[in-house]
Amino acid sequence: MTTARFSISRFLLCGCSYAVVLLMLLLPLVLIFTEALRQGLSAAVSALLEPDALAAIRLTAFVTVIVTVTNTLGGIAAAWCLTKYSFAGKRFLIMLIELPISVSPVIAGLIWLLLFGQEGWWGNWLAAHNMQIAFAVPGIVLATLFVTFPYVTRTLMPYMEQQGRDAEEAAFLLGANFWQTLWQVTLPDARWALLSGILLTTARAIGEFGAVSVVSGHIPGVTETMPLHIETLYNGYQTVAAFSMAALLALCAMSTVLLRTLFEHSFRKQPS
Amino acid sequence: MSVNLHSFTQYAPGSSRKILDNINLTVEDGAFIALVGPSGAGKTSLLRAIGGLSPVYAGQLLIDDLPIGHSDLPKRKTGFVFQNYALFRHMSVARNISFGLDVLPRKQRPDRAAITARVQDLLELIQLPHLADARPDQLSGGQRQRVALARALATEPKLLLLDEPFGALDPIVRRTIRRWLRELHDKLGLTTILVTHDHEEALDIADRLVVMQDGRIVQDADATTLNTSPQTPFVMQFLGETLEFAGKIQDGQFIPEDTDALPFPVSEKNGKTIVFIRPCDVQFISGKGMAHILSRSRNPNGLYHYAVQTTQRALDITTPMPTEISEGEQFGLDISHGKIFSNLP
Amino acid sequence: MFFLRRHTLPGFPLTFGITLLWVGLLVILPLLALLLRPWQDGTAAILQTLHDPRVFAAFRVSFGCALFAALLDLPLGILLAWTLVRLRPPGYKIINACIDLPFAIPTAVTGITLATLYGPNGWMGKLLAHAGLQVAFTPTGIVIALMFVGLPFLVRTIEPVLQNFPSEVEEAAFLLGATPFQKFYRVILPAILPATLSGFGLAFARCIGEYGSVIFIAGNQPFRSEIAPLLIVMRLQEFDYSGATTIAVMLLLTALLCLGGVSFLRLRASRGLIMEETK
Repeated sequence: MTTARFSISRFLLCGCSYAVVLLMLLLPLVLIFTEALRQGLSAAVSALLEPDALAAIRLTAFVTVIVTVTNTLGGIAAAWCLTKYSFAGKRFLIMLIELPISVSPVIAGLIWLLLFGQEGWWGNWLAAHNMQIAFAVPGIVLATLFVTFPYVTRTLMPYMEQQGRDAEEAAFLLGANFWQTLWQVTLPDARWALLSGILLTTARAIGEFGAVSVVSGHIPGVTETMPLHIETLYNGYQTVAAFSMAALLALCAMSTVLLRTLFEHSFRKQPS
Repeated sequence: MSVNLHSFTQYAPGSSRKILDNINLTVEDGAFIALVGPSGAGKTSLLRAIGGLSPVYAGQLLIDDLPIGHSDLPKRKTGFVFQNYALFRHMSVARNISFGLDVLPRKQRPDRAAITARVQDLLELIQLPHLADARPDQLSGGQRQRVALARALATEPKLLLLDEPFGALDPIVRRTIRRWLRELHDKLGLTTILVTHDHEEALDIADRLVVMQDGRIVQDADATTLNTSPQTPFVMQFLGETLEFAGKIQDGQFIPEDTDALPFPVSEKNGKTIVFIRPCDVQFISGKGMAHILSRSRNPNGLYHYAVQTTQRALDITTPMPTEISEGEQFGLDISHGKIFSNLP
Repeated sequence: MFFLRRHTLPGFPLTFGITLLWVGLLVILPLLALLLRPWQDGTAAILQTLHDPRVFAAFRVSFGCALFAALLDLPLGILLAWTLVRLRPPGYKIINACIDLPFAIPTAVTGITLATLYGPNGWMGKLLAHAGLQVAFTPTGIVIALMFVGLPFLVRTIEPVLQNFPSEVEEAAFLLGATPFQKFYRVILPAILPATLSGFGLAFARCIGEYGSVIFIAGNQPFRSEIAPLLIVMRLQEFDYSGATTIAVMLLLTALLCLGGVSFLRLRASRGLIMEETK
């Protein structure tokens, strides 16, 4: 349908799109790396090798692994349950699972203080038993769990919905049990969607700021994740260090996006 | 394996609508039966129930005289071929076929070499030995169909359930696979239940046809019985082209509303009724009516086709025998070979 | 055991149990704690928090900026989705990858980057200062940050609908003599309207609660550029849990109400579409 009549409007529209992408999306990205490398690569690298920075990277990695594993397992169970069976209250359950997306990250942090903080439901009990969840690493893990909760289910569900139940029923009739069906039939087929969901969870877990900021005690080297450390550095006018850390996170984000695009290409190519 | 259903009833999920209504069916060991009927008649639901895919039902469903799901019933003795084949698309053809063996508990599982040999045998059987490493999406429809069948046969089932297995195939492949399937059934001594909406296919392959409508079985008989004495107008219409002549019975005579159709003696009681007749059973009687032939032609399969105009309406009549009536000649229609259903609603 | 026997595939009790446990512990329990907390100190405390003009102003800033940002994203989202699905100019794959960036980049990184970019010494900041526009530390800055955050939601919800839109319909419109503008306005726009609305709703809900990418560029002046999530954090720092929770519940409920409203509109829009089809 691209006749000469449309070429001018086509040209204009494409131009607008390029402009939007360049100005809104790419310019900030370029800025991150420019600021990080303002004093050269070695300054950027050495900023990342500061003890507090290293501790932040370690903490973020630790939290991310726990969160990703937990939410992936839960997400697979939920996606299977919600797509392979029909039962009453299914829509409500889906709504609950998707709810965390619409909850402000600040609230996602606050809710855990209400349970485990000094004033919270179990705050006294925890204090009496010398355990700390709020303003400590467990709190950070919980807040991140909440924020990244829906992503595996959300990416897996549309794909599994479209799979239908036929392959699973065939496997079941051939004598496979639940685990065999899940690991040998359903998940290998949905592997790209699953990987994409896991990546999304990982990316959001690494970068979560608001929720973590509320439940973390902001103790440098102890309860500061990478995004929190960026805030500390930025507010302390250590721009190069802040942007070095930001560049590291941006690299993570970019590789996530790139891999997801590849994955999605793989699972869209498959015939349904 | 024999299958027995006694007053088997199944409801649509979450409603009181009956998908299957009071089904009574017996399939003897070694039988080849076809479930036929229009879409929505409940054929697939019945097949899935027999396969054990519908756990909620009322009534009895016995496989070899044991209720389905009974622990004494050997597992994996039912092979199921899905309408869309439901092949595992991330596995090779060989892995698809061996799946039923791969998932056996370790103690019962044959060793690797035995499984490979069995897969090879099956690939020979379905005449695709060169495609062991292909992926399902690289196969044609007919090839996928055969792989699905091989997968179902790998665990040596005694009961084979096929849901519209020829649905997506072109006519030539369809005929070949149909014949091949029948031979396979005889060779392996299977009990086979096939679902299809194509009655010609069913007549061609099965020993017995079970005609379904609205979740009920309307007639369960072999091809000849179905042809000679259909139970309801629906069965008759479903099995082939049918002409209808409305009219009334008066003193042992059927008098059609169509003035060019000839009255004939009947034994039914007085009242309004309809005569159902196959077009080829209509005979043209010269000089007894006002009907005339508008056009004539011959089908590629050798049948003669006449467009007939009567005083009231136009009829299409296809028959294996040519008529001697010429163009412009007037004639009446002898419909005395038609059927009157006294159980008409 | 009717409940357990209803499903043909095995594994329902197991997966359903895991799902319930997972949702129950991580979502229902903490949100319950949130909803119950404000009543603990009595309604007087709630009313006191709600009467605070600063809270009111923060809500106005949050909702106003979110609405503005989502509205501004609306045409951009349609444009980008259209470009990706239909025009496919050279490099559209790069555009496609870039759309997801705001979603993948940590909010804190977005925050400091936009603050620097639009700050008095930043590239855009200087440029705009020549035009007499100050962006950083004003509500405009908040809107810009929120636009960045909300854009992928719109593009990604419109894109699949546009992709599945049968080209025959468009060709029919073309053959019936519709101009390109008529074709877009009367054929395509009604078809993508439901998806656009839900994208808008998602972006809006996300923008209302956004924190990390906003606080660095906002300047956070009370009554002018202070957003509601920040106010929650400040109340927490003052150990005013009841105040913080009251604002949080308000924020959550209004966000959900907006989402509900949008999905209602969406239903209306798609029903209109179906009715038009059957006419």
